[in-house]
Amino acid sequence: MIAIVPMVASTVVAATPLIYAALGETVVERSGVLNLGIEGMMLIGAVAGFAAARATGSDGVGFAAAAAAGVALSLIFGFLTLNLQTNQVATGLALTLFGVGLSAFVGHNLAGLPVERLAPITIPGLTAIPVVGDLLFHYDVMVYLSVALFVGVQWFLTKSRIGLTLRAIGESPAVAHAIGKPVLATRYLAVIFGGATAGIAGAYLSLVQTPMWVEGMSAGKGWIALALVVFGTWKPTRVVVGAYLFGGVTQFQLFAQGFALPIPTEFLSMLPYAATIIVLVIICRDPRTILLNQPASLGHSFHPTA
Amino acid sequence: MDQSGFENLKPRLVLTGIAKRYPSVVANEDVSLSVRPGEIHAVLGENGAGKSTLMKIIYGVTKPDAGTILWNDRYETITAPAQARRLGIGMVFQHFSLFETLTVWENIALALDEHIPTAQLAARITEVSEKYGLPIDPYRLVHSMSVGERQRVEIVRCLLQEPKLLIMDEPTSVLTPQAVLTLFKTLRRLASEGCSILYISHKLDEIRALCDTATVLRGGRVSGTAIPRNETNESLARLMIGGELAECHLTPREPQEVRLEVDHLSLISSDPFGTSLKDICLKIRSGEILGIAGVSGNGQKELMAALSGERLSPDASMIKLMGRPVGTLNPAKRRAHGLTFVPEERLGRGAVPPMSLAYNALLTGAQSGMVRRGMILPSVMRSFSKAVIERFNVKCGGEQSVASSLSGGNLQKYIVGRETMLQPKIMIVAQPTWGVDVGAAQLIRQALIDLRDQGVGLLVISEELDELFNISDRIAVLAGGRLSPSVKPAETSIEQIGIWMSGKFADVMPGASACAPSRLETADA
Amino acid sequence: MLRLERRATPSSLMRFASPLLAALCMLMTGFLLFSALGKDPMEAFYLFFVKPVSSTYGIGELLLKTTPLLLCGVGLALGFRASVWNIGAEGQLTMGAIAGGGVALWFGDSDSSLAMPLMVLAGILGGMAWAAIPAFLRTRFNTNEILVTLMLVYISQLVLSWLVHGPWRDPEGQNYPQSQGFGDAETMAVLISGTRVTWGIVYALALALVAWIFSQKTFAGFRMQVAGLAPAAAAYAGFSEKRNIWIALLLCGGMAGLAGICEVAGPIGRLQQQISPGYGFAAIIVAWIGRLHPIGIIFGALLMSLLYLGGEAAQMGMGLPSAITGLFQGLLLFYLLATDLFINFRLKRVDSGKTRPTAPRESVA
Repeated sequence: MIAIVPMVASTVVAATPLIYAALGETVVERSGVLNLGIEGMMLIGAVAGFAAARATGSDGVGFAAAAAAGVALSLIFGFLTLNLQTNQVATGLALTLFGVGLSAFVGHNLAGLPVERLAPITIPGLTAIPVVGDLLFHYDVMVYLSVALFVGVQWFLTKSRIGLTLRAIGESPAVAHAIGKPVLATRYLAVIFGGATAGIAGAYLSLVQTPMWVEGMSAGKGWIALALVVFGTWKPTRVVVGAYLFGGVTQFQLFAQGFALPIPTEFLSMLPYAATIIVLVIICRDPRTILLNQPASLGHSFHPTA
Repeated sequence: MDQSGFENLKPRLVLTGIAKRYPSVVANEDVSLSVRPGEIHAVLGENGAGKSTLMKIIYGVTKPDAGTILWNDRYETITAPAQARRLGIGMVFQHFSLFETLTVWENIALALDEHIPTAQLAARITEVSEKYGLPIDPYRLVHSMSVGERQRVEIVRCLLQEPKLLIMDEPTSVLTPQAVLTLFKTLRRLASEGCSILYISHKLDEIRALCDTATVLRGGRVSGTAIPRNETNESLARLMIGGELAECHLTPREPQEVRLEVDHLSLISSDPFGTSLKDICLKIRSGEILGIAGVSGNGQKELMAALSGERLSPDASMIKLMGRPVGTLNPAKRRAHGLTFVPEERLGRGAVPPMSLAYNALLTGAQSGMVRRGMILPSVMRSFSKAVIERFNVKCGGEQSVASSLSGGNLQKYIVGRETMLQPKIMIVAQPTWGVDVGAAQLIRQALIDLRDQGVGLLVISEELDELFNISDRIAVLAGGRLSPSVKPAETSIEQIGIWMSGKFADVMPGASACAPSRLETADA
Repeated sequence: MLRLERRATPSSLMRFASPLLAALCMLMTGFLLFSALGKDPMEAFYLFFVKPVSSTYGIGELLLKTTPLLLCGVGLALGFRASVWNIGAEGQLTMGAIAGGGVALWFGDSDSSLAMPLMVLAGILGGMAWAAIPAFLRTRFNTNEILVTLMLVYISQLVLSWLVHGPWRDPEGQNYPQSQGFGDAETMAVLISGTRVTWGIVYALALALVAWIFSQKTFAGFRMQVAGLAPAAAAYAGFSEKRNIWIALLLCGGMAGLAGICEVAGPIGRLQQQISPGYGFAAIIVAWIGRLHPIGIIFGALLMSLLYLGGEAAQMGMGLPSAITGLFQGLLLFYLLATDLFINFRLKRVDSGKTRPTAPRESVA
C-alpha cells in the first residue's frame, strides 16, 4: 500500500513534461501545423532553463527562460513554414537537429553541474493528510500548473470563440481565409504556444526530474509527446491520460530495476519506446479513427493568394 | 412580377474600370457594372471569363490592380471579407466555405463579427431559415448534410447579417431542378425586400428566368449588357462566347455486346463523410454512352473509385469487364483489360502537376510499350505524348511542358486524349467539361461521341444535365449511393430526372430498381 | 522596395544554386559565430574547413566519414522522393552493425574468405529487417513511419548496449562495454595506403550510381516519384502504395545496414556502445542538400563529412565543443529550406511611390 505512494508520485513527475509538450503540440496540430521539432525545443528549453536557474538561483526565471528559448526556436519554425511555406515535416526535423546541436554547443560547460531541485510545495492542511496528502498534495508547483494548463487548453479548444477559429483553420485554412479569418496570425500564435510549452517541458527535465543538464537528455521524450497527440486523437483529455500512462510505464521500468528482476536493464529501458509503437499501432489500426479526428489540413502549407 | 421598383433608385454598387492581372493571365480588364437596390443582376460568362475573380474583388478576397468601387455613393477600398460584410455585402461561394467537422451554428458564428450566445444564435438561425423557406437545424454537423442543405447554411449565414448585396456564385450546380425553383423563390423574395443580388452563372435558361439585368464577360472584359427577358439563349450565347453554341448530335446506333457489367455492388465509403454505394447494377454495351446524373456527393466519387479499381470490391464478380470478373483487380490491371478513365480532379489525380506531359503519358500508358523490362523508353513516351498533343489540339509548349502550366481546358484535352489513344474498350469519364471553356468542351464531347461510334462503351458522370441529355444514349441517376434505372433521353424529361435526383425513383416507378430488369431497360436492350 | 513574386515556372537554376547559397549562408553564420566567440575567424575557418583535408590522411578521413553519410543519404532520398519519411537510418545502421558484427564475432579468429561477404550480407539484411518493421506497421496498420522509425533508433541502441555489456562483451576487455576486436579476415581492406579509408566508399559510390539509374530510368523509380508528388495520381494510375513503402524502406534499410557494417568492420574494428556520431540523422540533411538526387547527395555527403572533421579539429585546435558540428548541420538545413523559396519565387523591385495601394501582390507574407 505504502509502496504505491512513491510510485504514483514518481509517475506524476515523469508524466509532467510529457503533458506540457503534448498539450502544446495538440494546440499546434489543431491549427493544422505539424511541428516535429518538439525534441529540439525541449533540449533548448532544458539547457536555457538550467543555465538561467543556476545564474539567478530562481526556478521561476529558469522556467521563463526555457519558455522564451522554446518560443525563439518555434519562431524560426513559424517563419519557415508559415511565411516561406517550407515542408513542415522537413522543417520540424531540421528544428530537432538544430536544437540537439545548439543545446549541446551552448551547454558543454554546464554538463554535470548541480542545481537545486525544484521543491514540492506544502499546502497547509492538505499536505499533512496521511497517504492522500502524499498522493495529491506533495508536488512541485509545475505539476499543479500542468493541471491548470490542461483545464485551460480543454476550455480553449471546446468552449472559446478563438478556439473555434483555431479548429476551423485546422480543418480548412482556405475556407477560413475566404471568410476573413487571420490564418497566419492564428497559426503563429499556436506555434509560439507550442514552443513555450515544449521549452517548459525541457526545463522540467533539467530542473526537477534529473536535475542537471546532460547532453541529449530528453532521450526521445519530444517524439513520445508527438505520439501522445496521435494516441489522444487530438483531444486534450485523452492526451493527458496517455501522458500519465507513459509516466507509469517509465516508472515501472525503474521500479522493476529496483526489484532486480532477471531482465537486462536495457530491455526495461526499451519499454517506453516499444510502448509508443504499440500504442500507435492500436490507434492507427483503423484509418477512419485518424481520418475522423486528425485536423484535415495537418501538415499542409497554406498560401493566401491575394 | 413588378420590376419597375428599382429602376429609378440610385445604384447601390458601381464598379468602374476594374482590372486584375496575374503573371500568366489577365483575369479582369476594364470591367464596369452597376447594381441598384432590389435588382437581380446576372454576371454571365463561360468558364474562365473572369466572373469569380470579379466577385472576389467585390468581397475583398482579391485586391484589384486598378479600378474603383463605389458603394452607396462612397468610394471604398475593400481589403478583407470582414470589411465587405460590415458594408453589407454577403457572398455564397461556389465551393462552399463551410467547415465539415463543425455544426451549423459554429459555422455561422465563425462568420459573424459580433459575439452572440449560442442559444440566441441558434434561435435566430431557425427563425431566418424558416422565414425564407430554407429550413436547417442549427445543431447538425455539416458533414452529415447534403450539398443542397449546405448551400442553405451558406445562404442563411449571409442573411443573418442582413446584407444589402448578396453575391451568388454558380449556385445551381449543386441543386436538383426542383430545388433551383425553390432557390429562385427565395432570391425573388429577398430582392423584393430591397436586397441587391449579383447572380453569377453560365446557364442561360436560369438567367433568363431569374435576372432583371445582365453583364456579360468574355476573356475578362465586358462584352455586352442585356435585359435577359428580352433575349434568347442564342443571342446571350453570342455575347458570351462570340459565336454560336454548337450542339453535339448522336447518330442512332445499335449497341452491341455488354462490355462492362456491375452486379449488385455495395461498398462502404472509405471517407467517413462519404456516401456508401448501395446495390448498384449497370451494364454498358459496345457503342453506347451511359450518362450518370446526380448532385455531387451522392456517391459519384465512390462509384468512380469502385469502377477504376482505386477501391476494390468485396467480390471479383461484382464488376465484369468484357465478361471477366475484375472487381478485385487494381487500376493498372483493369487497364490491361481495356478500361481507361478520366477523373474529375485533373491536377493531382489525372496528371502529376510538376511532371512533364511526356511523363504524364507514362502515368497510365506504361502498358502500351513505354516500359521494357522495367526500364522507361523515353522516345516511345515522347512520341505518344506528341501524338496526343497534336490530335487533340492541346495548346502547350510541347511534350516537355509541365502539367501544371496548362490551362484547365487544355489539360483536360490532354487527359481525355491520352485515355482515348490508349485504345480502350470501356472508358469512364467524370465531369468531362467541368470548368472548361466552351471550345474545349465541344472538342471533348465530340471526342467521346467519336469513341462511341468506334464501338467503345462509355460511362459519363456529370453534374450538367444539359450535357448528359446531349451526349447520352441512356441516362441513369445516382442519388444517396443508389442508382436509378436507365432511360433514353428522348423518353424522359429534365423534370423527371430532377425528381430522381432527390432519390425518389422507387416512388415514381413502384418496384423499380436498376438491378431488376425494368420496363425501361428491357425496352432498349 | 523588394517584394516576392511567384515565378511562372520554377527556376531550374535555383534548384542547383540553392544548396550552394545555403552553404554560403552557413559559412557566413560560422564567421559571425567564430568572431562572437572571440576567435580569429580566418584562422578558425582554416582550422575548420581547410586543414582537415590538407593531407592525404585527411582526404582519407573525409572519404571515410563520407561513406556512411552517402549510403544513408542515398537510401533516405529514395524514400523521401516517395514521401516515405524514414528518419530512423541511425537505427537501421546500428542493426546492420549488430548483424554484421555478430557474424564477424562468430568467425572469430578464422581467416575464412567467406567472412567478409557474409558480414556484408548480414549487415544489409540486418538493416533491412529493422526497416521492415515500420514498413509492415505502416502497410498493415497504417502506423506513421516517422515515429516508429525513430523509436526503433532508441531500441536498436539499447540492443547494442545490452550486447556489448552482456553476451558479446570481450572477457579480456577490462570491463569496457565492447566486443573482441575483429580479425584481419573480418576487417575491410584499406583503399588508399596511409589512410583509414576502406573499400566501403567504392561500394557507396557504386550504389549512388545504381540509385540514380533506379530513380531516373526505371518504371519502379517513376512510380515512387509519382507517389511522392501526387499520391492521388499514383492511386489513379494503380501504383501500389504498399509496394512503394516496402521498396523505399527495404532499400534504405539495406543501405544503412551496409553503412553500419562498413563502420564496425572498418575504422572501429569491433562492436562498442557507440558506433555512429549520428550519421543516420545527418544523412537526412545530406539527402535534402543533395536535392534527393543521388549525384547531388555525393556532394552533400562530402560537405557533411567535412563538418564532422571540422568539428573534431575545432575541438582539438580551438577548444570549441565538437557539438558545433550539430549546430552547423541544423543551420545548413534551415538555410536550404529558406533558399529553396527562390525556386518558386523571385525578388522583384517594386517602386512603391508610383503604384496604387491596391498594387499587384502575390507576396508570401
